[in-house]
Amino acid sequence: MIAQPVSTFTGPEIDWYALSPLLVLVAAAVALLVAGALTPPWPKGGYAIVTVGAATASAVLAIIQWQNISDDGPSTLVAGAVSFDLSAMFFTITICVAVALVALLTDDFLRRQALDGPEFYALYLVAAAGGIVMASANDLIVLFLGVETLSLALYVLAAADRRRSKSQESGLKYFVLGSFSSAFLLYGIALVYGATGSTNITRVVVYLQESVPLERFDALLLTGVALMMVGLAFKIAAAPFHVWTPDVYEGAPSPVSAFMASAGKVAAFGALVRVLIVALPFYREDWQPVVWVLALVSLVVGSVLAVVQTNVKRLLAYSSINHVGFVLVGIESAAHRAGAVDSGPGVPSVGVYLLAYTVMVIGSFGVVAIASRSGDDATSLDSFRGFATRRPVLAVAFTVFLLAQAGVPFTSGFIAKFGVVQAAVEERSYAIALIAMLTSVVAAFLYLRIIVTMWMSEPDDASVELAGAGTSNSWTGTLSIGLAAGFTVAVGIVPGWLLDAADDLTQFAR
Amino acid sequence: MIADVVPTTTWYLVLGAVLFGIGAVGVLVRRNPLVLFMCIELMLNAVNLTFVSLSDRLGDIGGQTAVFFVLVVAAAEVVVGLGIVISILRRRAGLTADDLTELRG
Repeated sequence: MIAQPVSTFTGPEIDWYALSPLLVLVAAAVALLVAGALTPPWPKGGYAIVTVGAATASAVLAIIQWQNISDDGPSTLVAGAVSFDLSAMFFTITICVAVALVALLTDDFLRRQALDGPEFYALYLVAAAGGIVMASANDLIVLFLGVETLSLALYVLAAADRRRSKSQESGLKYFVLGSFSSAFLLYGIALVYGATGSTNITRVVVYLQESVPLERFDALLLTGVALMMVGLAFKIAAAPFHVWTPDVYEGAPSPVSAFMASAGKVAAFGALVRVLIVALPFYREDWQPVVWVLALVSLVVGSVLAVVQTNVKRLLAYSSINHVGFVLVGIESAAHRAGAVDSGPGVPSVGVYLLAYTVMVIGSFGVVAIASRSGDDATSLDSFRGFATRRPVLAVAFTVFLLAQAGVPFTSGFIAKFGVVQAAVEERSYAIALIAMLTSVVAAFLYLRIIVTMWMSEPDDASVELAGAGTSNSWTGTLSIGLAAGFTVAVGIVPGWLLDAADDLTQFAR
Repeated sequence: MIADVVPTTTWYLVLGAVLFGIGAVGVLVRRNPLVLFMCIELMLNAVNLTFVSLSDRLGDIGGQTAVFFVLVVAAAEVVVGLGIVISILRRRAGLTADDLTELRG
């Protein structure tokens, strides 16, 4: 035996306090699972209240960190693996809002479906942690781990309604297409690693800064960037990579659809901003046209195909594709000044859009979740006939969310759409701004179609018979929808504070 | 003659690309859920091969570290995927992807 020299391993320095928003969510998930397994079923709403508490604590910690970052400037954590900047905190807060609102909706839903337990909530919290890692990753492998943490939790959630075969079908479809796209993302990361010599975004940027003036065309890197964009386009459900969205949103339990459409997309856009704007600003001439085309196709497909749908959940799925197009318009305009010290109005408009969209899409799916009755299947447009006479308050809330999604003034949707289009115009992307506005007119038709069905058509016999049967009136679901509607209107009337906060999203740690 | 040919990193990169392509085509054309899983695993392992060969070429340990993370992710993915398949097969035995037609699209 030859004595080996003893080498001491020194781990990276970890700033636990800076990571606290993330740690609170993970700790709450573990605590819920362990405590939930060891104790008899908790009283009504118990699991949801713990989840909302954890999400609120995490959001409050993120707001405290926001102040610290505003004072001290952005930095990186855990040996450069995680970035600690305002953008990361903004996405953290948005995801926490989504978790809190969805958890309140889920409580009501699980009781009705007789599925109550801690599993849904623990999975929401784990998915949220994965989403936060995605949006604040400063290393491509960390980003991939975040993607997988989020996606694996979402696959299970989509298939979690054990008594509905639609739910399981959607879970399997989501799993196959989701892991297919993850493999593309990972292959792209491998090729970018091969081209730049590191997966750390800081080092990738430094490498590209030196190499781009010498060699503009690097086939390995360009292939890697293309594959990563394919993978992320699947995750944000941008057309033409959107085919899974309507099926999965229709089949998944309604509160889970709300979560996938909100937190899942916010996290994927956070990752897209990290990859394109932060890591690859020197290749923007190559990826910007791709984003332009994705935005165009998503806008058109989302609005035009939604018009022919007869199921409200599928309709909302297509409308979410249209929203993805709008956010991509914001990213396209951010591309013009990517890498500059002041990255312009693009990223702030994306942040505002995602927060406003999160709240209104959760509200919309929340109304559907309450209206869908036991079995979670009464989601066809016909079952909303005469909804206003059966549930007038819910119908008013749904109308607010739909008008907000259409971008009507005095709602958050108007502020969001206005911000994105204004950013595009400021950066002289006139064509895509014009197309975005035109498709929002087409999309307005589909929202009005639901509103007309609710308020102006007579209920058919079947829905009269079912009126009241199997629907539920719980304070948690009502609270969630009330908060969402309140936020949607409040931001529409007093948007200043949100716009001011988002204006700071221009500096990234790297 | 043949013994003189020394495999270079490029060979492994090409092999990785070919395996990834086989896996991707397999996901698109095969119908058995278990074979779909195997194809996705093939894609992930093709990426692992790419990581290791690039790591060797760059003389950097980072790529080989990444492989460990990918292995863990792949294992977790199989666990979740098989769980979903089993919960479906309990209802309907002998299922293929073509039978999942309740959701049109």
